[in-house]
Amino acid sequence: MDRTIKMSVNERGITMFGKTANKKTLIAAVLTTCLTAGASFHVAAMESIHFLVPGGAGGGWDGTARGVGEALSKAGLVDSISYENMSGGGGGKAIAHLIETANQKHDTLMVNSTPIVIRSLSKVFPQSFRDLTPIAATVGDFGAFVVRKDSKYNSFNDVVAEFNEKPRSVKIGGGSARGSMDHLVAAMAFKASGGDARQVRYVAYDAGGKAMAGLLSGEISILSTGFSEALTLADSGEIRILVMTGEERNEAAPDVPTLKELGYDASFVNWRGFFAAPGISDTEKAEFVTTLKKMYDTDAWENVRARNGWVELFKPDDEFVTFLEQQEKEVGALMRELGFLK
Amino acid sequence: MLDGIFTGLSTAVMPFNLMMVVVGCFAGTFIGMLPGLGPISAVALMIPITYGLDPSSGIILMAGVYYGAVFGGSTSSILINAPGCASTVVTAFDGYPLAQKNQAGKALALAAYSSFSGGTIGALALLFAAPALAKVSLSFQSTDYFALMILGLTAVAAFSGKGQVIKALIMTVFGLMIATVGTDTMSGATRFTFGSLDLIDGISFLLLAMATFALTEVIMTVLKGEHRKEEQQVDMSKLGSMKLSKEEIKEVAPTIARSSVFGFLVGVLPGAGATIASFLAYGLERNLASVKEKLKFGKGSLRGVAAPESANNAASTGSFVPLLTLGIPGSGTTAIMLGALIAYGIQPGPRLFLDNPDVFWSVIISMYFGNLVLLVLNLPLIPYISKLLIIPRPILIPMILFFSITGVYLVSFNTFDIHMMVVITLIALFLKLLEFPMAPMLLGYILGGLMETNLSRALMISDGSLAFLWERPLTLAIISVALIVLIVPPVFDLFRNRKNARGPEAAINEGEG
Repeated sequence: MDRTIKMSVNERGITMFGKTANKKTLIAAVLTTCLTAGASFHVAAMESIHFLVPGGAGGGWDGTARGVGEALSKAGLVDSISYENMSGGGGGKAIAHLIETANQKHDTLMVNSTPIVIRSLSKVFPQSFRDLTPIAATVGDFGAFVVRKDSKYNSFNDVVAEFNEKPRSVKIGGGSARGSMDHLVAAMAFKASGGDARQVRYVAYDAGGKAMAGLLSGEISILSTGFSEALTLADSGEIRILVMTGEERNEAAPDVPTLKELGYDASFVNWRGFFAAPGISDTEKAEFVTTLKKMYDTDAWENVRARNGWVELFKPDDEFVTFLEQQEKEVGALMRELGFLK
Repeated sequence: MLDGIFTGLSTAVMPFNLMMVVVGCFAGTFIGMLPGLGPISAVALMIPITYGLDPSSGIILMAGVYYGAVFGGSTSSILINAPGCASTVVTAFDGYPLAQKNQAGKALALAAYSSFSGGTIGALALLFAAPALAKVSLSFQSTDYFALMILGLTAVAAFSGKGQVIKALIMTVFGLMIATVGTDTMSGATRFTFGSLDLIDGISFLLLAMATFALTEVIMTVLKGEHRKEEQQVDMSKLGSMKLSKEEIKEVAPTIARSSVFGFLVGVLPGAGATIASFLAYGLERNLASVKEKLKFGKGSLRGVAAPESANNAASTGSFVPLLTLGIPGSGTTAIMLGALIAYGIQPGPRLFLDNPDVFWSVIISMYFGNLVLLVLNLPLIPYISKLLIIPRPILIPMILFFSITGVYLVSFNTFDIHMMVVITLIALFLKLLEFPMAPMLLGYILGGLMETNLSRALMISDGSLAFLWERPLTLAIISVALIVLIVPPVFDLFRNRKNARGPEAAINEGEG
């Protein structure tokens, strides 16, 4: 028996027979039996997870939810998996929906990533991660700066030197709007190098591919992008990765230095993770966390992870909340400095 | 390289891969025909299926679905004025009027021939020049895209009938205004969203096209229909001949050739794509036409069907150049295919045709087969597909409404879009009753929107200086062509006016007669 069905029975029971106390007690008794029976039945596997994707099919969020869902299902950790796409408002529509219908959404996990922090700071939507139940960050990606293979910049230090001398001559592009992730990562790096973050000349493109075409056409001199995307582009031989934003070097490209190594005290990771509806019980939360945790040791997950080139970043529960608070503080300070927040 | 081509050929003709071509084309055509569901939805549906296949077969299947959807999209544009996908919106401008004149069969056949030619010329260009063309795709900067959009906008007149120029201009500006709704990428500011969450992503082109064409048309039919219902029903059931006369072939052949090459080149640019290519090719064709022919555009010109249909298929083939040779996706559809390639462990880039010759060449060669398959698949089906029109209107109209609305919803998964469609339909209906043309609005939306972002990006890069307009040769060249297109016809007319007592008015009357 599946939890969603129980919930709807529960709701219907209350609305239909709410007035007769006897029947209500009866239904409650039946439900309790069902619930206990269910709990003793499924020790190993969760019954169902419903993934709520705040964007359309084929995007990054969609891929993460479906990848994790595939791994959970193939590894036998969850019996039934369903997906729902709901786009609008940069993810705000799905967040509002999850909060409004929270008491029917005990089996729902919403996928999200760093933009939830940025967008709630810039008040794109009024809610923040605090209005939901953070479950865990699952995968992550670092930021990276890339240049054309024949670029005059040989190291990020060259870029910083030019920036400190003539900030306006360094043209940095990115595949998202001004004030969103690619821009903020660039601003963070130049701020750490002692420059003025507001002087960063950020050229926005509407997609990563178009930004890359811009870099290769020579209209911008450096591109701020995700590390895994930079790796696949570097394989094609047209570009070089100057620096990445991890705490330490990554085994996928051991030659690429980190910002910290070059003496700039900045690091950044774009996480992707899951949130449950507000007000779920601690047991339910723990069940989500253990299920996700178990997933990392399975072959099914390794298969999905390798196929997508994801970097594992497991931060469950309280650790996730602390991480989110820290990121909110850092990003908030930066956005204030750049004038996006007052 | 010749070795590689042979490896590719032997991979492409493997029975399983040939089957993938047929399956892909068939699935693509079918999904493409459904109003609103276009190549991106079709290719996304294929992702889970391709996991189990080897790379060549998987990409061959996805490519087949992609150009199959672009191929099939024209059917609903022509028959019911509900664009099958974004890149076939333009096809409705002249295709639907043809269907109303009982020439649906001819329009569908012409669309199939044009698509076939566009796709085949594209595949040949890809086969012989893909690595060399990669450089072309990178020579375009924001300033050049800006100039290209200006050139495209000179075609506004192409979408307006006699005495409609002012109305067409108003609608173009209206389209431009709609394009500004949402988040401005250059500044990050939200514009005209009125604090609504749902408007921060802007209004999608597909939604706008479906509301102003499919829905508005349906409601117009209902409003007008009552008193002449019966005659209309008999009329519409006639398919008309599928054959093109010799004169007609002579008329459209140069159009198809021009638009195929032009569409392919536009498709190669990562910042453009099949939809832009179809609009530009239509405009180009209108600009090249004689005064007399110009008047036919928008009322059922054969050239008006041939141009966008050749261009969109050639462009979708062209978009494989930046995808395969540089790893740069120019559209959402190619971005999904890039993801699939990477999932296979294949890195698209300048070395792809050396490292994985089987994948690279077999995909290109399969496109040639694919286009043949599409032609063979589609031509005999035309009489059956157009039976759609015999369906009694009380059944057909709800069906169109259902497919149009669900089609838009399935792309965005946002119920707000449905409300938005209703509002836009009401506005469009009002404007249509006042005889404002809808096509210039779509042109203003799509070209104007790109013109704005590219201009603001170019200004950001040049630090506010407009010098790039005359300092960058490519930009200057395109702008000059745009100026010539704008200035020459009126001057020419003026000149002829003096010499010829009849003047252009006479020519116009003649054209109408």
